[in-house]
Amino acid sequence: MNPSTPPRTLGHPHIRELTDQLWNAVATADEYLATDVVLRALDDGVDPETVLLDVIAAVQGTVGEEWAANRISVAQEHAATAINERAVTALALHPAARTTPHRGRITVACVDGEWHALPARLVAEVLKLRGWQVDYLGAQVPAHHLISHLHTTKADAVALSSSIATRLPTAHAAVTACQAIGLPVLVGGAAFGPNGRYAHLLGAQAWAPDARGAADRLAQGPLPRPQMDHQPVDDLPHLADQEYTLVVRNNHALVRAVLLALEDAFPAMRAYDDIQRERTAEDLAHIVDFLATALYLGDEDLFTWFIAWTAEILQARGVPARSLPPALDLFARELKDFPRARRILRRGVETLTTDSSTTAGTPA
Amino acid sequence: MDSTRTQTVTDTEPDFPWGRAPYPVLVADAAGVLVRLNDAAQVLLPAARPGSRLADLVPAWLAEADQAVRLAGPRSTPSRIPASGAIGTRRFEAHASTRDDGMVAWWLVDDTDRQLTREALHMERERTAFLAKASSALLSSLNLARCMDITAQLAAENLADAALAIAPARDRWLPVVSCVRGGTPTAGKEAISPDDVPGLGEALRGFPPVPSRWIDPSLAPPWMIPEGFGPIKAMVITPLPGHGVPAGALVLLRKEGSAAFTEEEEVFARLFAARSGAAMSAARLYAEQTAITDVLMRELLPPALHHVAGVHYAGGYRPSADHERIGGDFYDVHPATQQGDPTLVTLGDVCGKGLEAAVLTGKIRSTLHALLPLADDHQRMLTLLNAALLDSHHTRFATLVLASVVRDGHRVQVRLTSAGHPKPLIIRTDGTVEEADTRGTLVGVLPEVRARTTTVTLAPGESCVLYTDGITEAKGGPLGDTLFGEQRLVRALSGCAGMPAEGIVEHVQMLVSQWLGNRRHDDMAVVTISAPRTHHLNAVDGRTRGRYTS
Repeated sequence: MNPSTPPRTLGHPHIRELTDQLWNAVATADEYLATDVVLRALDDGVDPETVLLDVIAAVQGTVGEEWAANRISVAQEHAATAINERAVTALALHPAARTTPHRGRITVACVDGEWHALPARLVAEVLKLRGWQVDYLGAQVPAHHLISHLHTTKADAVALSSSIATRLPTAHAAVTACQAIGLPVLVGGAAFGPNGRYAHLLGAQAWAPDARGAADRLAQGPLPRPQMDHQPVDDLPHLADQEYTLVVRNNHALVRAVLLALEDAFPAMRAYDDIQRERTAEDLAHIVDFLATALYLGDEDLFTWFIAWTAEILQARGVPARSLPPALDLFARELKDFPRARRILRRGVETLTTDSSTTAGTPA
Repeated sequence: MDSTRTQTVTDTEPDFPWGRAPYPVLVADAAGVLVRLNDAAQVLLPAARPGSRLADLVPAWLAEADQAVRLAGPRSTPSRIPASGAIGTRRFEAHASTRDDGMVAWWLVDDTDRQLTREALHMERERTAFLAKASSALLSSLNLARCMDITAQLAAENLADAALAIAPARDRWLPVVSCVRGGTPTAGKEAISPDDVPGLGEALRGFPPVPSRWIDPSLAPPWMIPEGFGPIKAMVITPLPGHGVPAGALVLLRKEGSAAFTEEEEVFARLFAARSGAAMSAARLYAEQTAITDVLMRELLPPALHHVAGVHYAGGYRPSADHERIGGDFYDVHPATQQGDPTLVTLGDVCGKGLEAAVLTGKIRSTLHALLPLADDHQRMLTLLNAALLDSHHTRFATLVLASVVRDGHRVQVRLTSAGHPKPLIIRTDGTVEEADTRGTLVGVLPEVRARTTTVTLAPGESCVLYTDGITEAKGGPLGDTLFGEQRLVRALSGCAGMPAEGIVEHVQMLVSQWLGNRRHDDMAVVTISAPRTHHLNAVDGRTRGRYTS
């Protein structure tokens, strides 16, 4: 689940009513009611793009918030998303959403490992509504599939979606692969950071904050062609220190070492059952993933943001965040020959110790 | 300068020993009046006589250099880059030496050949750079239309004022991409016969090899001339060689006012055409292969599942190799031919992975399809399938689950038989997950198969999940070496009570995929059979968000 701030429904009272109705349908996993709400709105003449972005996307945002606040489980979040997907499908088949393509052709896909397909799906549907011919490849598209698809179709541009920041190295590989065959890439999704700062860093031709922004950007005119003689490694000169590669290669050994050391430091952990132990290991693995991504991007803020967010999530689940700073220290101890990684971890500890909102209620 | 060297010497004086020097020498006094010149200088400047002003005799560039030297004075260090320019048809570098009394002697060194070499080198470098750029742009794409775009654009930018890339005709339509210098390529198609344009038919046939052909611009058909291009000065058609596959033709156009094509440029255009022809024929072959693969693959791809006879189905498949779309797992949903009869769901796993396993799944799937009239009797179906597999030349075996599904009021009855396959799991409304009580031997090994069938009833909102062992044997997790295992699957499914069929499939796929990270894995398939939650139930139940927010 991505921790981005969901879009809010503003203005129009009718839209708010629709959003409430759809949320009720989604929250009770009632797909019939959900499609009914959407189809009825279209029958009443509500603009399909408004239904997609101001109703369905807004409800999806609420789903994310509810999950972050621990009011629904991952499975429930998934069920809600599946129903929202159904609502989008129903909308796409409604006569009001029928358009004849009169612009170019765009391929829309999620990067490999990205399971949150709905944002990309919304982009695909909005582009269709605006007259583009769209090839929607769905969630979790390996670069290999994406490139062979692009070889067999003649897309004008590729729109890539990623919500999880740890997929950014994979996203970068996909972006450069598309560019290598001469196609410009527009990226979007929470992974690309505030104001799309990582989109620029990774050399994407354009970034859009949401589906409407993506459609507006593409309507402005063709994206600039990628430079054929551009070497992707030039964008990330810091990768020369190999810290990213080595951390990724040894991630399991790192997690294992820190898990054992944590058990020494917190004897209470020895009483954990298998599930609790696995959760802890998963949390540690997440820290390594974000550390690796911060090393890849050369961006410490990504890591501190993640640590602050994790502390909030743990707190929402009633888990004390007091084991986080020692865990970060232990990682730093394991990574003693990695100056960049150590600096990032230190910043993480500083975030936890200076941010009162995360330490409040967590007796250290 | 052989011609000057053989000149007879007319003037040799002790203080002017350079009369026979091979390079032209001019000496002017402080006032800029020519005092002396040697033979070579006399040949170069036949009108020059001592007593004339130097500035009146020599070209402007040398007069300016002379002025500059005089202004700087005798003690100044000479400029590192000597003045240079043309005198008559040749080029010279001029070196000055200044005496204290203001006399300036100019030595003119002929560097015409060096200059020509430098220009030729520069041009060669530019051409090589262009060919390298063209090659990398063309090689990066396996898409015919994009290769045509690149060809037209590069040719228009570097070889002509406008260019057309033309591919061999498809269904009487000739695909044409045209591009004007500084513009973007535009694709179109022309309903014309290539033989109507001299040289185009031969170029497009690709055989026999034909040279580039100069076309009388007045013969150019209107479709070849880009809009607003104006009258044409020159036009050449170059074949794009395709090595056995006709690749197309390149048409270069120059505007009125541009230079005509030289022989050398035409040769160079052919070098470019060779590259773009190779790229276009490779793209064409790739497209043909892809089309063939797609047709052959269509039968092997897992089907898209939806609602059948009041029951919801969803399926998800991930082959072991991410670059493939098929593998050794399979599933199908066969609707009954008679209304009220059960739908047959099959899910199985052929030993092995990759294309060969996929081909065998195709055979098993068609055998099962042929056995549909016997779908009531799972044991008999398995026995016949077993016999068919034992008879075939494949040494592989398979495990599978058969499920006969029929709607019974709001409930759904599922008759399940496992042949050596992981037991299906049933998700109850309260989140309990049960194992279906069925077991049997795998098919394709032993002369006889034995299997026990069981029947489960799904209440509205309940689901039955069939899966292959690729799911439970997925190795990974935070420590990297743990199997996903049945327990973890059961735990995940217990959170899926009441979820729609697609949601369950996606949830399982996502969890396993996250568990795996980037590690290798086996083929993985999941199918969910769900009894739909009814409108009626929701209305009475009246569940609201309270259930989730509690």
